[in-house]
Amino acid sequence: MAEHVRDIKRRIRSIQNTEQITKAMEMVAAARLRHAQERVESARPYSEKIDELIRRLAENTSEITHPLFIPRERHKVGYVVFTSDSGLCGAFNSHVIRRAEVEMSAQEVDVSLVIVGRKGRDYFRRRNHTFLAEFLAIGDKPLMSQARGIAGALVDLYNGNIVDEVNLVYTEFISTGRQQPVMFKLLPLTAPQIEESEERDEGAVSDYIIEPDAQSVLEMLLPRFIEAEIFRAQLEAKASEEAARMLAMGNATENAKEMIDQLTLLSNKLRQAAITREISEIVGGAEALKG
Amino acid sequence: MAEQAKNKWNSFNLEIVTPEQVVVKEEVEGVIIPSTDGLLGILRNHAPFIGALDIGVIKYLQEGTSHYIACNMGIFEMSGNMLRILPDTAERGEKIDVDRARNAKKRAEGRIERRARELDLLRAEMALKRSLARLKAAEAAEKK
Repeated sequence: MAEHVRDIKRRIRSIQNTEQITKAMEMVAAARLRHAQERVESARPYSEKIDELIRRLAENTSEITHPLFIPRERHKVGYVVFTSDSGLCGAFNSHVIRRAEVEMSAQEVDVSLVIVGRKGRDYFRRRNHTFLAEFLAIGDKPLMSQARGIAGALVDLYNGNIVDEVNLVYTEFISTGRQQPVMFKLLPLTAPQIEESEERDEGAVSDYIIEPDAQSVLEMLLPRFIEAEIFRAQLEAKASEEAARMLAMGNATENAKEMIDQLTLLSNKLRQAAITREISEIVGGAEALKG
Repeated sequence: MAEQAKNKWNSFNLEIVTPEQVVVKEEVEGVIIPSTDGLLGILRNHAPFIGALDIGVIKYLQEGTSHYIACNMGIFEMSGNMLRILPDTAERGEKIDVDRARNAKKRAEGRIERRARELDLLRAEMALKRSLARLKAAEAAEKK
C-alpha cells in the first residue's frame, strides 16, 4: 500500500473529530427528544377533551351543521407536509416527502401543497412545485401560536374554495426506534358518529344546558379542534425528527469508531512492515560489510 | 364517566387544560368562571353544562383558600361532578409577570388611543382585556 503511516494518522485524527461532533449531536438530539416527547404527552389531554366535547355537543343537539362539516366535490386537494428545518436527521424528511408524493400522484384531480419546514420547501422548490403557503423556522419548540397561524391559513384556503380538501402528512412518533409517515384528513371535518345504543345506555348524560347556544359553542370549538390537530401533528413530527436524528447520529458515531479501528490496524501493520524492512536493511547492510 | 370526588361532601373535580399542558387538576369546593354570558358560579352537583369561556379570571376555592387563574377564550363543560375548562391559555396568578402585563396594557391602550383601524382596534381591545385579566389575577393572588 502506497499510504504512509503519517497520512493514516492524519485521517484517524480527522475521523475522531467527526466522531466527537456526531456524538455530541446524538446527545443533544436525545435531550431534545425527551422534551419533545413530554410535549406530545402534555398536549394530548386537550385534544382528547376537545374531541369529546364535539361528540357531546353532537349527542345533545338535534343536528349540528357547519360549513366545515359539509364535503364538497373534490376539484383541488391540498396537502400539508410537515418536514424539518434542519438536516442531519437520516431519512426523516425523505420518508414523509415520499408519502406525500405517493398520495399526490394517486389523485386524479389537481393537487396543491402547503409546506411546513425548510427541508420540504427546498425539496419541492427544486422540483418546481408551487406552494399555496409555506411555514418555516418552526424552531426547537413548536408553539401553539404557530399552529394557530397554520390553521388560520388552511381554513382560509378551504373557505375561499382554493382547496376542497385538506390533508395533513406528518410523521407519527411511535417509539424512539419507530416513526411512521401518516396522512390525516383534516378538512372537511368528519362529523362525529353517534351510536344510538351507546347513548341510550348513558341516558343520564344528556339534557345539557348549553350557553349561549349550541351553534356558537360549536363555532368556538371547531377552530380549536383544527388548531389542536395541527399542533399535535407538529409535535409528533418534532419528536420523530429528533428520534431520527439521534439514530442517524448514533449510526454515524458507530461508523466513525469502526473506521478508526480499521485505520489503526492498518497503520500498525504499516508501521510494523516499515520496522521489519528497516531491520532487514540493517541486517543486510551488516552482512554486506562482513563480506 | 368522570370519577366522583370522594374526600368531601361538597367538593368536585376541576381540570383546566390548555393546548400545551394541564394547568390545574384538583379537587375544589367552588369555581367562578368568566363565561361569555357573565360570571358563573359552579358548585358540586351542578347540572350538566357546556358553555363558552371569555377572557377573564377563573377563581376557585380549595380548602377555604381562593386561587386565581387568568384565562383566555375557550370552552368549559360540567358533568358528573367534573368541571373541565379548556381555555386557549391559562396562567396561575402567582406566576404572572406583572411588568410584562403592565407593558402589554400600556401598548394596547396606546393603540386604542391612536384610533387604529377596525381590525387592529379589535385586536388591541382583546389585548387590553387579556392584560387586565392577568393583572387582576396577579393582584388577587398576591393579596390572599
